[in-house]
Amino acid sequence: MGQNPYDRVKLARDNSRPTGLDYIKNIFQGFIELHGDRRFGDDAAIVGGLAYLNKSPVTVIAIEKGHSAKERAMRNFGAPHPEGYRKALRLMKQAEKFGRPVICFIDTSGAYCGIGAEERGQGQAIAENLMEMTTLCVPIVSLLVGEGGSGGALALAVADRVWMLKNSVYSVISPEGCASILWKDPSKAPAAAASLKLTAEDAKSLGIVERILPEKDLGTKAFYERIRALLSEEIGKLSKNPDLIEKRYERFRRMGAVTEFDIASAATWPVACGNKGINYEHL
Amino acid sequence: MALINFLKPKNKLEEGGRTAAPVHEDEGEPEKKCPNCHKDIPLSRLWSNGLVCTCGYHFRMKARQRIHMVTDKGSFQELFSSVKSGNPLLFPGYGEKLETMRSASGEEEAVICGEAQIGRQKCCIFVMDSYFMMGSMGSAVGEKIASLFEYAADHRMPVIGWTVSGGARMQEGLLSLMQMAKTSAAIKKHSDAGLFYIVVLTNPTTGGVTASFAMEGDIILAEPGATVGFAGARVIEQTTKKSLPKGFQTAEFVLNHGFIDSIVPRREQRKLLAELLKMHRGG
Ligand SMILES: [Zn+2]
Repeated sequence: MGQNPYDRVKLARDNSRPTGLDYIKNIFQGFIELHGDRRFGDDAAIVGGLAYLNKSPVTVIAIEKGHSAKERAMRNFGAPHPEGYRKALRLMKQAEKFGRPVICFIDTSGAYCGIGAEERGQGQAIAENLMEMTTLCVPIVSLLVGEGGSGGALALAVADRVWMLKNSVYSVISPEGCASILWKDPSKAPAAAASLKLTAEDAKSLGIVERILPEKDLGTKAFYERIRALLSEEIGKLSKNPDLIEKRYERFRRMGAVTEFDIASAATWPVACGNKGINYEHL
Repeated sequence: MALINFLKPKNKLEEGGRTAAPVHEDEGEPEKKCPNCHKDIPLSRLWSNGLVCTCGYHFRMKARQRIHMVTDKGSFQELFSSVKSGNPLLFPGYGEKLETMRSASGEEEAVICGEAQIGRQKCCIFVMDSYFMMGSMGSAVGEKIASLFEYAADHRMPVIGWTVSGGARMQEGLLSLMQMAKTSAAIKKHSDAGLFYIVVLTNPTTGGVTASFAMEGDIILAEPGATVGFAGARVIEQTTKKSLPKGFQTAEFVLNHGFIDSIVPRREQRKLLAELLKMHRGG
């Protein structure tokens, strides 16, 4: 590729990339949109509903950024409010009731930072999704297709499989935010992007995503067909797994498992641990 | 590695708060200025009142001071004390920062977990520490909290937690973000086993902690005046270009919006927690 991580961030944010609805319309058939969280409102930044994946009904949920300036404003630039996450959870619970797999497409700079969002419990809404998704009794596959901005992305990614498009990014904080907090200098965002390890390759090497989807034919018929075939195959496999919930638990449980023999400090720890007779085979 | 290390009362326990905050060292008894009523309060009076000013202002408190204050004398047994973060992403400056934090705070990480009794009721507790990287959540914090809920589920015990956090620890990137899912999964497992979890939000509880285990309690309490929110107030101001309403993101604000059960002054927590544990005995 030859691109540095900050170039990848810019690519992930590029307006010309396919958005959530493009994936829904091109991968699935017969999409029926379902609105509202039944509590407060309907968040246009998250689109959800029913569709066929090949011949089987599935629940699809996507964060939608929009294409035109007008549509992007209407979609709040893909920054969901609490009611968006609550709509998503409602649709997931509905999927569970009717035994449908759930497929999520994620593309957000983050959950919206606003007064109304705080008043209506942005933190609580995300927390509830995380908790409920861990035991949802149907397969969940989440695809990061653009920006994977922190908790606002994770709220749709507590899944059995998480895949990333080659030029999508997944990060705990934006590189600009990180640079301004740590170094009081937003112009150091490129350095922050490199340090945060936010590319698809980084996420895969950290064991946080299972698959990287190539982008050389991004947005073409062949591109969507390839994703459809992969989704079909994966969901077929997951649907037959009797230990789905246990495996999902283990998937997240092992992330960032640390002890005093931390892997990254392995090179230094015989010194750091002062020869306490540590069993090297732990590594 | 022994999981349970009996905690000897530390001598530095009592002096922790004195060294941690600026103190007027004139002649006579040392005093501390209250940021709320602007009075100089003698430290001895502040200590005997649980670091609460006569005006009701709650000063911040080290985790071990809180454990000392809230648990039955001699009942606390620390768990998972050897779990600590390395520098898994080799983030610039993070290794040194951890070392500085460890020597300055006397703690290995931003949360302390263990078993204790409160009013002779057995429970598991976790207490976050704002003196350690502002209570930020990295792999070790997530690992300790997840392990505590698993331990509590295995031993059929309730969990009480005190949160204080600036959010996910950005120096561990995606691994920090994943701790939100990991802790939520462990809490769901504990909850599905019919077990009781009380969380007490202290100043400040924000970001990824608000969007995970801070909002997942069966009962959610908060200390008066504590900042409780998802997004940082400054970020919200910059995003919305609006001035924030008075009292925005305080414990009183989240109470009024329906996100917590009650505001409980620090000195009244022990009695209430004992009562709540009693009412949930066997659960
Ligand atoms: Zn005061």
